[in-house]
Amino acid sequence: MLLTITTTHTPATDLGYLLHKHPDRFQSFNINFGNAYVYYPEANEDRCTAAFLLDIDSVGLVRRNPGQSVANISLAEYVNDRPYVASSFLSVAIAKVFSSALSGKCKDRPELVDKPLPLSVRLSILPCKGGKKFLHRLFEPLGYKVISERHQLDEKYPQWGESRYYTVTLENTCKLNTFLSHLYVLIPVLDDEKHYWVDEAEIEKLIRYGQDWLSEHPDHEIIVGRYLKHQDRLTRQALTQLGDISEEEDSETIISNEEQVEQKIGLNEQRLTKVVEVLKESGAQRVIDLGCGEGKLLRKLLSEKQFTEIVGLDVAHQTLKIAHERLHIDRMPDKQKERINLIHGSLIYRDKRLEGYDGAAIVEVIEHLDPSRLRAFERCIFEFASPKTIVLTTPNFEYNQKFENLSDGKFRHRDHRFEWTRDEFKTWSFRICSEYKYTVEFHNIGDIDETLGSPTQMAVFTRSE
Amino acid sequence: MQIKIPNPSLVILIGPSGSGKSTFAKQHFKSTEILSSDFCRGIVSDDENDQSATEDAFDVLHYIAAKRLAAGRLTVIDATNVQVEARKKLQDLARQYHYLTVGIVMNMPAKLCQERNEHREDRNFKPYVIRKQISQLRRSIRSLRREGFRNFVYILSSPEEAENAEIVRQPLWTNLKEYHGPFDIIGDVHGCYDELILLLVELGYEIPSEQGTPISHPDGRKVVFLGDYVDRGPKVVNVLKLVMKMHQDGIAFCVPGNHDVKLARALRGKNVTTTHGLAESLSQLENESDEFREQIADFIEGLISHYELDDGKLVVAHAGMKREYQGRASGRVREFALYGETTGETDEFGLPIRLDWAEEYRGDATVVYGHTPVNEPQWINRTINIDTGCVFGGNLTALRYPEKELISIAAEKTYYEPAKPLIEDDTVQSSHESYLNEGVLDITDVLGKRIINTRLYRSITIREENTIPALESISRFAVDPRWLIYLPPTMSPSETSSKPDFLEHPSDAFNYYRNQGVPSIIWQEKHMGSRAIVIVCKDQTIVQRRFGIPSESIGVCYTRNGRPFFDDIDLESQLLKQIKHAIDKLDYWEKLDTDWICLDCELMPWSVKAQELLRQQYAPVGVAGSVSISDALASIEMAKNRDIDTVDMLDDFVKRQNAVNEYIKSYQQYCWDVESISDIKLAPFHLLATESKVYINKDHLWHMEMLQELCEAVEDDILYLTSYGLVTLSDENSENTAIEKWVELTKKGGEGFVVKPLDFITQGKKGIVQPAVKCRGREYLRIIYGPEYTMPRYLERLRSRGLSKKRSLAIREFTLGIEALERFVRNEPFSKVHECVFGILALESESVDPRL
Repeated sequence: MLLTITTTHTPATDLGYLLHKHPDRFQSFNINFGNAYVYYPEANEDRCTAAFLLDIDSVGLVRRNPGQSVANISLAEYVNDRPYVASSFLSVAIAKVFSSALSGKCKDRPELVDKPLPLSVRLSILPCKGGKKFLHRLFEPLGYKVISERHQLDEKYPQWGESRYYTVTLENTCKLNTFLSHLYVLIPVLDDEKHYWVDEAEIEKLIRYGQDWLSEHPDHEIIVGRYLKHQDRLTRQALTQLGDISEEEDSETIISNEEQVEQKIGLNEQRLTKVVEVLKESGAQRVIDLGCGEGKLLRKLLSEKQFTEIVGLDVAHQTLKIAHERLHIDRMPDKQKERINLIHGSLIYRDKRLEGYDGAAIVEVIEHLDPSRLRAFERCIFEFASPKTIVLTTPNFEYNQKFENLSDGKFRHRDHRFEWTRDEFKTWSFRICSEYKYTVEFHNIGDIDETLGSPTQMAVFTRSE
Repeated sequence: MQIKIPNPSLVILIGPSGSGKSTFAKQHFKSTEILSSDFCRGIVSDDENDQSATEDAFDVLHYIAAKRLAAGRLTVIDATNVQVEARKKLQDLARQYHYLTVGIVMNMPAKLCQERNEHREDRNFKPYVIRKQISQLRRSIRSLRREGFRNFVYILSSPEEAENAEIVRQPLWTNLKEYHGPFDIIGDVHGCYDELILLLVELGYEIPSEQGTPISHPDGRKVVFLGDYVDRGPKVVNVLKLVMKMHQDGIAFCVPGNHDVKLARALRGKNVTTTHGLAESLSQLENESDEFREQIADFIEGLISHYELDDGKLVVAHAGMKREYQGRASGRVREFALYGETTGETDEFGLPIRLDWAEEYRGDATVVYGHTPVNEPQWINRTINIDTGCVFGGNLTALRYPEKELISIAAEKTYYEPAKPLIEDDTVQSSHESYLNEGVLDITDVLGKRIINTRLYRSITIREENTIPALESISRFAVDPRWLIYLPPTMSPSETSSKPDFLEHPSDAFNYYRNQGVPSIIWQEKHMGSRAIVIVCKDQTIVQRRFGIPSESIGVCYTRNGRPFFDDIDLESQLLKQIKHAIDKLDYWEKLDTDWICLDCELMPWSVKAQELLRQQYAPVGVAGSVSISDALASIEMAKNRDIDTVDMLDDFVKRQNAVNEYIKSYQQYCWDVESISDIKLAPFHLLATESKVYINKDHLWHMEMLQELCEAVEDDILYLTSYGLVTLSDENSENTAIEKWVELTKKGGEGFVVKPLDFITQGKKGIVQPAVKCRGREYLRIIYGPEYTMPRYLERLRSRGLSKKRSLAIREFTLGIEALERFVRNEPFSKVHECVFGILALESESVDPRL
């Protein structure tokens, strides 16, 4: 990865003093992830260019952490762009190799430090998440002229399109240390990645290098967010320190955000409310949420006293962990905790643990099953688990044409294996009833269109005694 | 005194403190068999004499006892057990696990107990305590039999008697494990004497014309009768005479049926309703002597509910036997053997509604039973009902064991009208009759820690944390699990090469096999594609019949993770059709005597599955590397032109530039656009299995020759013939020729070789040798180890890679894959095939360096 700094200040070779690197020498520096070299491809009175070449040890990269097993890294990480692009590695290397310049110290020519110089920096490969527009938005408010050239992914396969890499030249007349600070902060922001663990210490760095300009930047919230790897807590803390949020209003802001969301009751909310309502009416006390996901329905069920035992099942173990956290199960009082249980399982395997419940909710789940598995699903749920009441929702395919951003014949979600029309849903439901001795009632959820029906269709199955 | 105790059983010592129970127990039983209340008191309270800990101590004791009983172990309870409540708890426990109980009473003189108690330093009960215990004991003795000890009550009245007692462990009557057969198991006869004789003849038994001469079989086979000898049919007396004689002669084992038991009760003068054909039996027996009638009753009453045969691998009972009940003895077990499990309700024909114990059965033993007439016997989870309703005009069926062949004799006529019609149309089956049609697996078949026994290797343990991701993968992404009869194993690279410039080289693969004592190997060109398993059936009905999948396709093509290979169903079906045509043309259906074929292949181009990877990972690294390095190179050149000493940087970067260019070339050549079927190439290299056969006994030359034929027969060049060669490891020339070939292949950017021992399965010095190792080309490895891995500073470090984990994984996955296929062709239950495949998928989540 090459970064060059050029100045046309006279004498241009003053750059050598500012960088603390002699223009006639080839210097190398050892950094813990590789080597860095500083040399000058050109150096005369009118124009001087310092080259900063970062050579990352690509094998060492994955062996960096002695405690970490190589096996936990996916193959993709071995063949990766890190050795070739400007990233947080470059920021760290700048801070190490140009530490004096970055902190505005110059032993031999102190007067140069505060002097705005005509500077031009060229980054040979800069990954820009957010594209050219974002690149310009980041640097232009700081007074830069931005020249960028985007690279094609593969010349042989033009149909693959463009890469996210740009060769970027930034021009500005400013103090060198200001320029370097901007680079230090904004390179990883464009890359939207950090090669090391981000914690409180990262806020301190951000404040150190950004205090003079960051809070004035129109996009400072995005910058802070990306710089801190989108960790909400750190981001809030950093914004507070930057004077963006005062300590007092901090907690209020978050509350009002939640309220905003609450006001806009979406389809999902209506769906869940309806499901809870039906389950309550059925008189069920012991209920099970099949395909509970992150626990939105479980939360609602928990708030109803009627339900004495609530079980959530999901096939994705990771999702269950999230549900566990979102529901704060570890912090629940014992009485509450006894009511809820999360289990890992699958709807296409018969499972004794699911037997004997009064009510079951299967909300937006079956459309994620391959049609060939429906038979197994039916038997597992209706024949074997056979709860008294089953509330099942699924999209109404006919309604899809009302969604503007959905092209014809497409499903609402990439993972949907099918979406049924109202007739298809009814046919299936009636067969279920005759085969497994249930009766069924249908409900609409969401705005009803006269010809297309409602966006979600719901069937309430009741076991015939 | 000789104390006979059934093994296993729950032995309960009964006696006051100081009566010598612990000493007796230690003298006659293994220390691990004894559960003492004192010891449990110590476990929970650190003090064996802390009476306040008694309740907790007994909780622990009962808990451990329950575990031992569940595992079928003989267990001795060393506690006073003088109170009826204490014994009741143990009796309940025994009943729960269908155990017989043995009561050994230490009825010692009161004085002796008191004396011993006084001399104990650690515990000194007040005399009244012992007195009370003794009085409780004396009151108990008479009622012990009724409490459930039945015939197993032994009373020891003096220290000498206790000292000299001899414990004799007797196997349970159900235990005939030492009989290994071969057997001919015959279903419900119901007085159909003529059909029975025909069946015995068909089975090869010699039936002497002379009375009194035993029936025999030239191969020493024995008959197992599944009960219901009587009622409904025409010749009950003849059947009884024959069966009883065969039983007496030791040529037949007999279990009782519900009809037989009822007849015996009637013969004993009990008041029974004479429905369901009993009246007919009684009238046929009317003219027989009282003596014979007595013999019949004795015979039936003496029959044992069920038998475990052939080391426990075979269980026979009239109406079936759950795993939990096998080899156990209790009223409940006997009930189950006679009647099966019913809901207590009756159906519209007035017959009891049965529960599907067979569908839930997960035992290892094969269970053969009768009782409920079926149209055709079907295997369900290693169980089979062979009552084909002879008396109702069906067949009399025998199952040959261990051959598992069914032999039937059609009934001469309908002797008795069934209450419920036998199902004639075999497409109408009750839900459990064909597991394949329904394919419901149980979560306990896959989740949690699993140990899978394999024929090839040993038992393979799947850790619980690995089953978790596999469940999601199978449930959400895999093809219909009934298709998954095999998943390919991972493949290890050859040992790391010590040749400069190379990380992998064929000579190391050859050395590996040579060191394992393998005489010759086969190399196959390794394709840069994705592994694909292809199953092709003769037609759609086979898909339904053999795989149980109601499908419109004639087969499937899935990835190494069991996922559908193509998003585009049309593409898949075209591919399958082409292969089917070729098989038609070659008439493999006839030649291999099969309706389906399973192939192990590589499908190209790689970009079919790896498009995403190419665009997100490989191409970006290529463009970033090439721009980055040429920029650096240009700047170094400029500095050098200024006479600055750039050390050897210029040289280094020129090399790196080449490396990156080679890398780009490497990935580029594996990509081509797939728009139609003609852009796809499928390279088969194993003909894995067909009906009843897994071709692991054929060497790789056979596989390649068969597949070569197939490749040539297929139209449109869809199949690609993998180039291969044979190497004799003792012949240097033969080895060098192969190496030259490898060099030539990989220089052009080929992925390299897969090297396999000539035999599909080869035993080496430490068990099975790797079924295959790969040695990948120098250029190809750039897309694995990074564009610049050939730079000496990287290569040297990369050499220190460990292969043992990958190799162990490869063996375990290979074994499981073959096991899955073998189970499938043996018609094992779906769940047994699935557990192997699930296991492979679970093992795949074990962490191994992905570059290997």
